[in-house]
Amino acid sequence: MAGTGKAHLRDDADDIVLRVDDLVVEFPIGRRAGRRKVVVSAVAGISFDVRKGETLGIVGESGCGKSTTGRAVMQISRPTGGSVVFEGADLTALPAEVLREARTRIQMIFQDPISSLNPRRKVYDSVREPLDIWGRGTDAERATLVDEVLEHVGIDPERAAESRPHQFSGGQCQRISIARALVLDPSLIICDEPVSALDVSVQAQVINLLEDLKAQYGLTLIFIAHDLAVVKNISDRVAVMYLGKMCEVGSSEALYSEPAHPYTEVLLNSIPVPDPEHEAVAVDLDGELPSPVNPPAGCRFHTRCAYADEVCQTSEPVMRQVGDAGRDHYVACHHPLVPAVAVAVG
Amino acid sequence: MTSAPQLQTERRQGTDGPLLDVTDLKTHFRSERGLVRAVDGVTFSLQRGKSLGVVGESGSGKTVLSRTIMGLLPSTAVLSGSVRFAGQEVLGLDSRQLRHLWGREMSMVFQNPMVSLNPLMRVGHQIAEPLQIHLGMDKPAALEYAVKLLDDVRIPEPHKRVRQYPHELSGGMRQRVMIAIAMACGPTLLFADEPTTALDVTVQAQILELINEQRQERNMSVVLVTHDLGVVAGHTDEIAVMYGGRLVEKAPTKQLFANMKMPYTKSLMRSIPRLEDASHTRLLTIPGRPPDLVNPPSGCRFAPRCAYARERCTVEEPPLVTAPGTSDHTYACWYPVGSPEFAERDEQIMNDLAAGTVAASASRAAG
Repeated sequence: MAGTGKAHLRDDADDIVLRVDDLVVEFPIGRRAGRRKVVVSAVAGISFDVRKGETLGIVGESGCGKSTTGRAVMQISRPTGGSVVFEGADLTALPAEVLREARTRIQMIFQDPISSLNPRRKVYDSVREPLDIWGRGTDAERATLVDEVLEHVGIDPERAAESRPHQFSGGQCQRISIARALVLDPSLIICDEPVSALDVSVQAQVINLLEDLKAQYGLTLIFIAHDLAVVKNISDRVAVMYLGKMCEVGSSEALYSEPAHPYTEVLLNSIPVPDPEHEAVAVDLDGELPSPVNPPAGCRFHTRCAYADEVCQTSEPVMRQVGDAGRDHYVACHHPLVPAVAVAVG
Repeated sequence: MTSAPQLQTERRQGTDGPLLDVTDLKTHFRSERGLVRAVDGVTFSLQRGKSLGVVGESGSGKTVLSRTIMGLLPSTAVLSGSVRFAGQEVLGLDSRQLRHLWGREMSMVFQNPMVSLNPLMRVGHQIAEPLQIHLGMDKPAALEYAVKLLDDVRIPEPHKRVRQYPHELSGGMRQRVMIAIAMACGPTLLFADEPTTALDVTVQAQILELINEQRQERNMSVVLVTHDLGVVAGHTDEIAVMYGGRLVEKAPTKQLFANMKMPYTKSLMRSIPRLEDASHTRLLTIPGRPPDLVNPPSGCRFAPRCAYARERCTVEEPPLVTAPGTSDHTYACWYPVGSPEFAERDEQIMNDLAAGTVAASASRAAG
């Protein structure tokens, strides 16, 4: 198989809420010399699954396709190929009206909390709108529900009824966005960099809030972020992306204690540690991110990898298990930093 | 024509005193609601060739502080106090006088390299411009020097890059160009205001390393303004923590991290998720919001959010005092970390946290 492999996918019997198979998202950027269509390959064949009640973290640098992946699951950016099976239905194949309904079960929280709320509406109305659109319950029931959800995220409903987004701080606006995502009682919430615009103290509040709500509402989360420490804190399982491909997937404990992909190692070494005694490891990353219009052949990371050889330039690595057998840790690399689990041929 | 390197050596052999000496600096802004006390009585000094990290949340006054020193303020600002740069008072200079300082003496790297560069101008010309204006170089010489500067900030193929426009460069490259512009005229003081916040972690590490290298090579002083304690830990000699327009703690970097005195500094530190902690480790939060700078709370400005505050904190403002056994660690707190009152309360908080009660109340009170 030419993709990055699916060894890391789990059994359907395992209470899988979302299963993404060979997801491809390409954006056309015109034609070259009047012939060939030129495309940006934002997501190039990735597969993953999310178990009920689990938090999957997706990390990577800008341009790696992590946000596009989140949007493709929601069908905001229509996938060019592959399938997105959510609660048993393939979202890519659903007729528009059925898809619209299915989407109420998946909600999204975005990076910039202030600009993702309508500046001209009272925030209470913004939170209530999904209920009005779907005609859930009676007027009184809707009001009770909105009050309750606002209370849960720590916003005073009375203040919400008379204030607009600019009257709240960034952290409060993010709480309001979370409330809006919760009113329709979704099973999956995709959080796209929900805390990266916030101060560290507020960031901690929002992370704790997401953890509490997850338990309270029985949510499944996909948490997309570039900050590896934040992702580790909130995730059960973490996937690392680079240039549209998935490099490494594993339980947060396995992936952070023993990174197996050279790119994951670089990412971990780059994090500034709040300790002046900490010996910084020189970041060993050559050159710039290659263009997704013309990605490198073989392993997409080989142009910047300290361990790359000829194999990496020509053949694309396939996802395989590493470390102790039975450990949830998979990597797509020809020269993993953790020895691969021997697979019996046959 | 005098070349940039010559000018630098002349200036470097100046006086022995601190390069920057700020005394009781106040920057207030007139607004409809009244005076906004963005910076409210800040005193510190910075030696030549040293780097100072200024840390605080949004609204702490850290950005206004550096802009006040640079003289980059709107006309609504009301200033008092003193800012001495190389022995000379610079507060209140008009823009004609400031122009002699900008570029040659002090310059700034801004947060967002995407919007700080002119999109219609080749990067070479943007680097050459200050050289022509401030150092009087002619255009060919300035462009040639621009190539050298791009090489200094580790941009590959500088001859090719000088002819490119900003959109042809990546975010990290653009920030390198910003640094090249800021360093073009060999300043003695560089302000870097959240220089890496818009960048990826791998690029962030490279840019911070670059600023550090250039500081040592050029014996330049650096003021690194950031909200990220991780960023300042590895890249500064000293750290100043700001809260509500005031300096609440200042110490050499190692001393500060080893022995934080101000509960605010400690709380900031504890709210950062750490890589060595297991997943789902509960983060300690700081409830509430930064103070209103029009009507700041009486007493200690952090008291309303401080888990360790007692009655005295809300009435009497703590002065900046020197920590016992040190000469350069100052803090403003009545019950600092390490005092008996603090230890008692701290134990209680950690117990509550383990029991899960603090977190719930903190997230409810927040906002």
